[in-house]
This record gives sequence, structure tokens and C-alpha cells, in this order.
Amino acid sequence: MSNILVYALHFEGAINKNSLGAISAAAKLAGDLGGEAHVVLVGDDISDDTAASVGAYGATKAYRVNAAAGTAQPVVDALDQIASGGDYGYALFGGGLLGFEAGAGLAARRGGGIAVEVTGLTVDGGKLVAERPVLGDSQISKIGFKGFGVVVGRLNAFEATEGGSPAPVEDVTVELSKAAGQINVVTRGEQRGADVNIEDAQVLITGGRGLGKPESFSLAEDLAGAFGGNAAVAATRAAVDAGWFPYAGQIGQTGKTVAPKLYVGLGVSGAIQHKVGMQSAEAIVAINKDANAPIFDFADLGVVGDLHAITPALTEAIKAKKG
Amino acid sequence: MTKIVVLVKEVPDAAVNKQLDASTGRLVRSGERTLNPFDTHAIEAALQLKEGGELSVDEVVAVTIAPAGAEKTLNKAVALGADRSILLSDEGLAGSDVVATAYALAELVKRESPDLVLLGQQSDDGQSYAVGAAVAEYLGWPGLTQVVGLKVEGDKLRAERQAEYGYDTVEVTLPAVLSVGDAINEPRYPSLKAIMGAKKKPQEKLTLADAGIDASKVGADGSQAVWQSAEEPPAKAAGAIIEEDDVAAAVEQIVAWLDERKLV
Ligand SMILES: Cc1cc2nc3c(=O)[nH]c(=O)nc-3n(C[C@H](O)[C@H](O)[C@H](O)COP(=O)(O)OP(=O)(O)OC[C@H]3O[C@@H](n4cnc5c(N)ncnc54)[C@H](O)[C@@H]3O)c2cc1C
Ligand SMILES: Cc1cc2nc3c(=O)[nH]c(=O)nc-3n(C[C@H](O)[C@H](O)[C@H](O)COP(=O)(O)OP(=O)(O)OC[C@H]3O[C@@H](n4cnc5c(N)ncnc54)[C@H](O)[C@@H]3O)c2cc1C
Repeated sequence: MSNILVYALHFEGAINKNSLGAISAAAKLAGDLGGEAHVVLVGDDISDDTAASVGAYGATKAYRVNAAAGTAQPVVDALDQIASGGDYGYALFGGGLLGFEAGAGLAARRGGGIAVEVTGLTVDGGKLVAERPVLGDSQISKIGFKGFGVVVGRLNAFEATEGGSPAPVEDVTVELSKAAGQINVVTRGEQRGADVNIEDAQVLITGGRGLGKPESFSLAEDLAGAFGGNAAVAATRAAVDAGWFPYAGQIGQTGKTVAPKLYVGLGVSGAIQHKVGMQSAEAIVAINKDANAPIFDFADLGVVGDLHAITPALTEAIKAKKG
Repeated sequence: MTKIVVLVKEVPDAAVNKQLDASTGRLVRSGERTLNPFDTHAIEAALQLKEGGELSVDEVVAVTIAPAGAEKTLNKAVALGADRSILLSDEGLAGSDVVATAYALAELVKRESPDLVLLGQQSDDGQSYAVGAAVAEYLGWPGLTQVVGLKVEGDKLRAERQAEYGYDTVEVTLPAVLSVGDAINEPRYPSLKAIMGAKKKPQEKLTLADAGIDASKVGADGSQAVWQSAEEPPAKAAGAIIEEDDVAAAVEQIVAWLDERKLV
């Protein structure tokens, strides 16, 4: 028998969708392991309702820890202390940057193992087995654990299913480690750039680092314009981190998840962390000059060539077609 | 005086078709190998801190754990700007998971007692983005990953990074462990002189015993995450490919493809 601890990432009163998915997955798996799924929330502003709401996704207990949110150290301290005080064989994180950091820290602290980017979980012989796609998703490795196991899910891998009733909330006082006192979040969740909407667009023209400079985003704007009212421009993290495009328009692991009818990538390599945010697009078109770019492994139409030559011509052709 | 340790990994060259050994699940490392491209940003970040002058950095040390033969890869890190390098290589390390690797790296860091440890955002092969946080934990130091902005403020560093809700600004007290994102800088190309000079810079080669690392905590036996098997993912129909030799022809094909699917 073993219970599973789940870390619930939250911001401004809302629990992250991927954390809710992890709770639902853990509740089901804990059942197979003969245990329960318990949730840990760390923050200084978590209401009773928010904490109790994890019950709806299958958790039977919510631990609330009053500590600063936004860095991994307090989360590691909290999960380690709670895991030490009960029968917990596993910890599950719904993903997110903090999930990777806290998960790795927790595995190290408890002398356990970690599997990241996990897309599936099963129970085999009373133990958890994690499925992790590797090497550009060309294979899926199955990973088990000798002792304490930490699993960090891939973005959107686990679906949240609602059904249960509110969970009892237990406040836990956690002794924070020295490192937790040496790191301090000054500001969190700053929105850089305009508030663009990419989630409702039917056609998304996505600009990557291959655009080469911020001004080249006009190529993407013009192409979107040619498609008309339902088209918008989006970007990769590389383009957003470089300050070429607003954060609100970023697709991927730390950005938005989108599912347009048509996705067109201009100078986008197709890194896993980008792919997880757009792989549900109905049609994926990529223009990239590198024939070995990973995006060609999952594009429906791959165009190997220079985007600076092709895009303006494509824009004109689409305008002409639409008349 | 400040010392920076940069943790760098040797990975298969980008041109190598990476494969797993079907019996162990370990990466086949027989092909051409090189310095993890993401780690060049960590070396560059160390150099910029050194040149910036707010931290008086007197030494940048590149450290790696790799199978025998990684000297050349480590020299690349030195050519990019490290002052010396350390290579831990031992049969006993084969099959180490993230946590075991981080434990051994932390032991190497302790021998150097630096003020700052820098890493890349991810390796090009394992791609766990997890080693940095585990190293920080073993050292008991604060850690942060995916840092794309770094400023010195007295005895603290002010780091910026993107997380799921936007950009975070975080203050860390040294000593600390930071993994840097690839947008933090544009790594310089090493000069021919630096490439030639790299071979002359001190390179320390260690075994587990030399480094005083507990062999029972590393390698496949010392690892808690156990690879069991690998499967092919469900097959997806291969997409169409247009090789552009002629822009007008390529565009015509793209429009026809879109038109067929009623996407224009
Ligand atoms: C924890 C974590 C979270 C992350 N979250 C995200 C996320 O939310 N979203 C995201 O997008 N990424 C994310 N990333 C980053 C991701 O790993 C990649 O680094 C990023 O997606 C790369 O962006 P890119 O494709 O624009 O750039 P690159 O990978 O640099 O690709 C640029 C491409 O442009 C092509 N190119 C260059 N010039 C031309 C030309 N003239 N014509 C045609 N093609 C050209 C190149 O061949 C190349 O393939 C994350 C990474 C980590 C570790
Ligand atoms: C396909 C594949 C899948 C794997 N999956 C898992 C898994 O799910 N769980 C698990 O525990 N292990 C896994 N491993 C093993 C893991 O990759 C190794 O333990 C590896 O040494 C560290 O992880 P990483 O390469 O993913 O590093 P990352 O965490 O992605 O690396 C981040 C940074 O850490 C530094 N770094 C990493 N390795 C070294 C090194 N050897 N020397 C110096 N600096 C270094 C570099 O600065 C690098 O940029 C996997 C390996 C492969 C090849």
C-alpha cells in the first residue's frame, strides 16, 4: 500500500490545470496501489475553498503550507516533511518549471529517483511505472523506481476529471531549510508585452528564432493578415525571451496551449517544449531551412527553404487566391 | 574573490542519429561527441560576470562527468573561456540517473568550494532539465533554472526567468546554483589562439576514488530510477515535404495543399 503526494501549483487563487490533471491521475493510481492521493499547496494566500477544491479531482486530503510561493526550496521542504510523516512512496508533479525544480530537489533530498516529461503512468506488481518519451519522441522509455519515486508530467499529459467532494484541509507548519531563506521572489508572473489573444484563432502563424530579428515578425503579421479575421500571430520562447514578441503570444510549456485549425511555423525548430503546446493543431505547416529540424518529424506539410524568400510570396499567393 | 564552476556535459553531435541500447536503455555514445550546445551559454554567462567587474571573478572552472575520451570536449569549454577543467571519468558511473549524477557533481563542486555554479538549460540528450535543482539540493544552496537575465546586486544576484505565469524576478544569495536559458546571451566564438591555448590549461582527471565519491551512490546500482524497456510510439503518418528550389513553385504547392484541406 502506498499513498501518493501531489504538488498543486497555484497562482492568484487558481490551481494550475496541469496540477489538477496530476491529482486526477494520482487518485486513480493510488486506488490501484491501495492508497490515497493527498495534495500539498504551498503559499501565503491559499483560501480554504481553494485548498478543499482539490477533493473534486480525487484527492482525499489537502495539506496547506504557509510559505512563499514561486521557488522550489519551500516546496521541497514541505513535501519532504510530509512524506516523512506518512506512508508515501511517490510524489507527482503536473509539470511546470517549479515541478521540475521541486521534483528534482525532492528526489535528491529523499534519495529517490525521478522521471520527467512523463506522458503515462501504470501500476505493475504494486509499483508505479512511468512512460517517458525520449530522443525527440522517437521512443518511449518505461521507468520504474527502486525506492521513493518522483514523477513530473509532461504538459497536458494528464486530464483533470471532476467528481469528488471537497477535501479536508490540514494546515502544516514546515521547518524551512536554510536555502529557502536565501532565495526570494521579488516579482512573479510579469506579463511582458501586449495582451495578444492566440487561443481563439483558427489560423496561427508562429514566429521563431529563425526570423532573425524582431522586425521580421512583420512577415508573420502579413501572412496572418492574408488569411483574414480568424488568424493571429504567435511565437516560441526563444522569440519571446529575446523580446521580439509579447509573452501572452507564446506557445508551449511555459506559454499557451493552442489547437488551431492551421499552425504555420516560420523558423521554428519544433523543440519538445514548443510541440507540447501546439501538437493538437489540425494541420501543421513548417517552413525551415534545416531539413533535419525536429518540426519536420511532426509537420503535416514541411517546406525546406528560406522563410525570408518563401513567406512574402506565400502571403501574396494567398491574397490572390482569396481575391 | 569569486570562483565560478560551470557544469558542462558531453553529448552526441547534433548530426548523430541518437539511439538507445535496447538492452540497457542507455544512450549509444560511440558516435561523434561534442560540448552540449546549451552549456556554452553558461560559460558565456560566467565570462560576462567576470568581465562585468561587479563580481571580482578570479577563476572559471569547467567540470564534467563523462566516459573516457571527453578531454577534447572539455577543451572546447576551456577554449570558450574557462581557466581550467576537471574530468570525472570512471566505469562505476555508467548508468547514473539524474540524482546520482547530481550527487557526484555536487561532490566535485564541494572540492572547489566556488561562490557560484552555472549550468545549461538542458542537455541535448537526456533533456531532463533537472540536474541543476538536484545539485543545489545536495549542496544545500538556493537554486534556480532557466535564468535569462542576471545582475549583481551586492552579495546577491538578481535573476529573471520565464515560468508558467510570466516572468519572475528572483533574488538569490551566494553561493547558489543557476541554470541559464539559451536566451541569456550569444556565446562568442573562440579565437584560434584560445583553441590552441586550451590544450595547455590545467586539466585534472579524476576517478571516483580520487574524488572521494561514494561509489555505492552512483552508477546503475546506485541509481533509484530504473529503465525497464522502450517502445515505439504509435506511428503517425509522415507529412508531405516540399524542397524549395524555386520559390514560385514551392508557394504554388503550399497553396494547393492548403486549398485541398479547405484551409484558405
Ligand atoms: C523548461 C523549459 C520550458 C520551455 N518552454 C517553452 C515554451 O513554452 N515555448 C517554446 O517555444 N519553447 C520553450 N522552451 C524552449 C525550447 O526548448 C526551444 O529552445 C525553443 O522552442 C526554440 O525556439 P525556436 O524554434 O524559435 O528557436 P530555434 O530552436 O533556435 O530554431 C530556429 C529555427 O529556425 C530555422 N531557421 C533559421 N533561419 C531560417 C531561415 N532563414 N529560414 C527558415 N528557417 C530558418 C533554423 O533552422 C531553426 O530550426 C522551453 C525550454 C525549457 C527547458
Ligand atoms: C534518453 C534519456 C532519458 C533519460 N531519462 C532519465 C530519467 O527520466 N530520469 C533519470 O533520472 N535519468 C534519466 N536519464 C539519465 C540522465 O540523462 C543522466 O543522468 C544525465 O547525466 C543527467 O541528466 P540530463 O542529461 O537529462 O541533464 P539535464 O538536467 O537536462 O542537464 C542540465 C544541465 O546539467 C549539466 N549536466 C548534466 N549532466 C552533466 C554531466 N554529466 N556533467 C556535467 N554537467 C552535467 C549541464 O550543465 C546541463 O546543461 C536519461 C538519459 C537519456 C539518454
